[in-house]
Amino acid sequence: MMSDAPLLSVEDLTVTFGRRGQEPFRAVDGVSFQVRPGQTVGLVGESGCGKSVTSLAIMGLLPQRGNTVSGRVDFEGTNLLELSTDDMRDRRGRDIAMVFQDPLSSLNPVVPVGVQVTEVLERHRGMTRKAAMPVAADLLRRVGIPDPDRRIKDYPHQMSGGMRQRALIAIALACAPRLLIADEPTTALDVTIQAQILALLKELVEDTGTALIMITHDLGVVAGLCDEVNVLYGGRIVERGARHPLFRDPRHPYTNGLLGSIPRLDAVGERLTPIPGSVADNLPWDHACAFAPRCSQPIERCTQVTPVLEESFGRALRCHNPVEVPR
Amino acid sequence: MTDPLTSYGQSRKARIDALAATSVAESGTVEEAPGLSLIASAWQRLRRNPVFLLGAFITVAFVLLALVAPWVAPHDPAVGYLLDKVRPQSNPVPGPEPGFPLGADSRGRDLLSRLIVGARQTLIVGVFATLGGFLGGLVLGTLAGAFGGWVDSLVMRIVDVMLSIPSLLLAVSISALATRPSQWTVILAIAIVQIPVFARLLRGSMLSQRSSDHVLAARALGIKQSAIVFRHMLPNALGPVIVQATLVLAVAIIDAAALSFLGLGNPDDRKPEWGQMLGQSQQYLADYPHLAFWPAACIIVVALGFTLMGESTREALDPKSRR
Amino acid sequence: MPKEVCGPVLRYIIRRLLQMSGVIVVLSLLLFLWLRSLPGGTVSAILGERATPESRARLEKALGLDEPIYLQYFRFVGRALRGEFGASTGVLPGRDAFDIFLTRFPATIELSFLAILIAVVVAIPLGYVAARSRGGWLDNASVVASLIGVAVPVFFLAFLLKYFFAIKWGLLPVSGRQESLGCTRVTGFFVLDGLLTREFDCSWSALRHLILPAFALASIPFAVVFRITRAAVLDVLDEDYVRTAEAKGLTKQVIRGRHVLRNAMLPVVTTIGLQVGALLAGAVLTEKVFAFGGIGEALAIAFQMRDYSVLQVLILMAATVFVVVNLLVDISYAVIDPRVRTR
Repeated sequence: MMSDAPLLSVEDLTVTFGRRGQEPFRAVDGVSFQVRPGQTVGLVGESGCGKSVTSLAIMGLLPQRGNTVSGRVDFEGTNLLELSTDDMRDRRGRDIAMVFQDPLSSLNPVVPVGVQVTEVLERHRGMTRKAAMPVAADLLRRVGIPDPDRRIKDYPHQMSGGMRQRALIAIALACAPRLLIADEPTTALDVTIQAQILALLKELVEDTGTALIMITHDLGVVAGLCDEVNVLYGGRIVERGARHPLFRDPRHPYTNGLLGSIPRLDAVGERLTPIPGSVADNLPWDHACAFAPRCSQPIERCTQVTPVLEESFGRALRCHNPVEVPR
Repeated sequence: MTDPLTSYGQSRKARIDALAATSVAESGTVEEAPGLSLIASAWQRLRRNPVFLLGAFITVAFVLLALVAPWVAPHDPAVGYLLDKVRPQSNPVPGPEPGFPLGADSRGRDLLSRLIVGARQTLIVGVFATLGGFLGGLVLGTLAGAFGGWVDSLVMRIVDVMLSIPSLLLAVSISALATRPSQWTVILAIAIVQIPVFARLLRGSMLSQRSSDHVLAARALGIKQSAIVFRHMLPNALGPVIVQATLVLAVAIIDAAALSFLGLGNPDDRKPEWGQMLGQSQQYLADYPHLAFWPAACIIVVALGFTLMGESTREALDPKSRR
Repeated sequence: MPKEVCGPVLRYIIRRLLQMSGVIVVLSLLLFLWLRSLPGGTVSAILGERATPESRARLEKALGLDEPIYLQYFRFVGRALRGEFGASTGVLPGRDAFDIFLTRFPATIELSFLAILIAVVVAIPLGYVAARSRGGWLDNASVVASLIGVAVPVFFLAFLLKYFFAIKWGLLPVSGRQESLGCTRVTGFFVLDGLLTREFDCSWSALRHLILPAFALASIPFAVVFRITRAAVLDVLDEDYVRTAEAKGLTKQVIRGRHVLRNAMLPVVTTIGLQVGALLAGAVLTEKVFAFGGIGEALAIAFQMRDYSVLQVLILMAATVFVVVNLLVDISYAVIDPRVRTR
């Protein structure tokens, strides 16, 4: 299923927010990664690390005013950043689709769920509403919504949270896109529902061969799903590797810290060690490592020289003083 | 949802409540006066807002003019200098002549002087009507917000009934009750109409503050209830009250004009007021429109000044627009 | 509408109807107390200020004014229910006050309807465009324009329109509802009557008389509808479901219509209905400027001439209309918002 030619290739993506009366803020700072067809790639980090902005930039959904996006986003050989807004509109929902975090606010409250599914088919498949309805019901059944012929007339507020997220997934998969971006798809849901939705995503991705970019702050989600993981900090990728080596022995102190701050069932009695401080403590990347003020093992170089992303320990790593003996 | 009288009253309620909620949006600690820090941070945003600056400029100019009016006016506004030129049939309104750049009114009194002195009377009507509405609302709102329980339900029920009646109709109905209309009956009618607005505003802001951190902290420190209300809750409600007061000032001036127009205003025109001048000018409209134009222009500019100032401050206080 | 939709809406309507009757009772009580405390009162209005105490007492007895106040209130309610408010003393001396209301009411409806129509047709598109170009010059200009609309007294705007378009340029009639063309009356709505009887010159004349007062009156709902539309569109544009719609690659037209406007219109529809109270107050002023024979002008005259019969019928009916329209607004909201409808 996996071939070597990448489906999506993000190169040196940089997003700068310019706000009136404030210093321009670089939310994404030279991010590069690739997604091969059928592959599942994770973008992991705390809120504010630039992972959502990256996904919105790929989709061309960032507000145009005041923001500058540079770099390349090659999708099947076309640079999406150079497409006209109308061409991009043709691709969104057909070639690349997206599932958002909060399923209640992401569905239009005054339009029946069925219409919110069919409108994608009407737009990209040229179907009539009438012809699209049975297809929509099929899609709802496939994502596990019981009694879809009746549910198709429901409004979002009549559905449960998990049901709404299933509907959103159905909408995203309606046109069988080659790439699906899921932005924290389980964060707003109950724990039991989270597992169901993740299992559903995994199953659908495997069945259809759709590539998936999974955006999350929750390493538990990534562990069960992703082939490759990118850890972001301060708008830059700090560590990238295949799932198993990355989790078995994290080399970046930040990844290590993230793993240390999640509770584990197999380690009862062990203390959780949260990462001290917050994103507000960041240093600018220009002449330091942004993570240095919060790092557990900073050396002098960390506040003087910008670390670069290099191959080491069988992965890409951006660190002057990698973790030698991972926890 | 409690049973609302009408949805009209409800939508007015919602607008007032939204403003009231801004009083806790950015509260400080027990030590620093939180109300003042709120205003200070709004001021930071307003200083560069051209809409606010225009409104503030108009307002300051108007208040200055009102203060110095009697010394600036070229003539006594109550004396009919050009009365001998008034001919009821051929020339009811004398035109401009040296010393009287805008001409005179139908009783030969200098129009320019009447406009200048009118600033003071207009300010008096606006300020006293707003002050009356504020004080009435302060009593009711403090009672309701500070004590809660049945006092609260009773007061708010009355307030909601009053809110559901369109304000101008209420003012007209109240001023119709006066046996002899005067400046004070006009002020009273407009003030009464504004009481429920201020009451709801103050009560709303106290309710949202009762559970806020700095009031809880003050309570935990064992500070007396009355001290909490007057030293912590009231100052914090200051921002929204100032905004509402600015907007009410504009409404008061316009409503006073409407009452005069309907013949329910102050009949004593020795001390001129813009609304009254505008109301009285209607019979000469076809031939002497300038009689209506000058006082109307003054009212519009001043009302716009207050409105621009009030609306831009409301937006500055609104947490939604702070992003 | 399917059955499961009808049930909740019906219950909602019944609950609002009960609330409404409560409101009308409170209003009638207020109106009664207000009428009782008007200076001079009924007796002076009929006999004049200089009547002897004896004749006053006799009339008070005849009118039942010496009875306990709660009895007077019930009599007042009884007369109101039968439409007996007595004869006019000032607006049209001798005519039945309720008759005056009936003949003048259609004029005010025509005027208010046209005013709302003008306001909505201009304010909603302008509000949408202003919100989309937030912070731009068009946005700032229209926001300031709507605030100017608030600052201009409606009767002065009426003055201005009348002075320029009617008096100075003679484009439109100065006052009244229609020229005397010997038109046939059917419904009392002059524009409609002309269409029904095919006396098109009558309709045209009535329409020409409507234009200036309607534009003046429209300034009131315009400012409000514009502001609410702009705020609602701004809110909706920030919503996640609009981003979802963009992520689906939907066309601009579908996003604007189905996702932005359909949601933004909910508060706007309510607001439009709620303008009725403000319109009534505005109609009193506007109709007076144009001597437009509606209930607003009658109210203005009745206040000046202390015509109590006309005052009570007009205010009670105005209050009723106001409450009924509020009810209709609530119901329409329940019908257009599925979240209320299917609760």
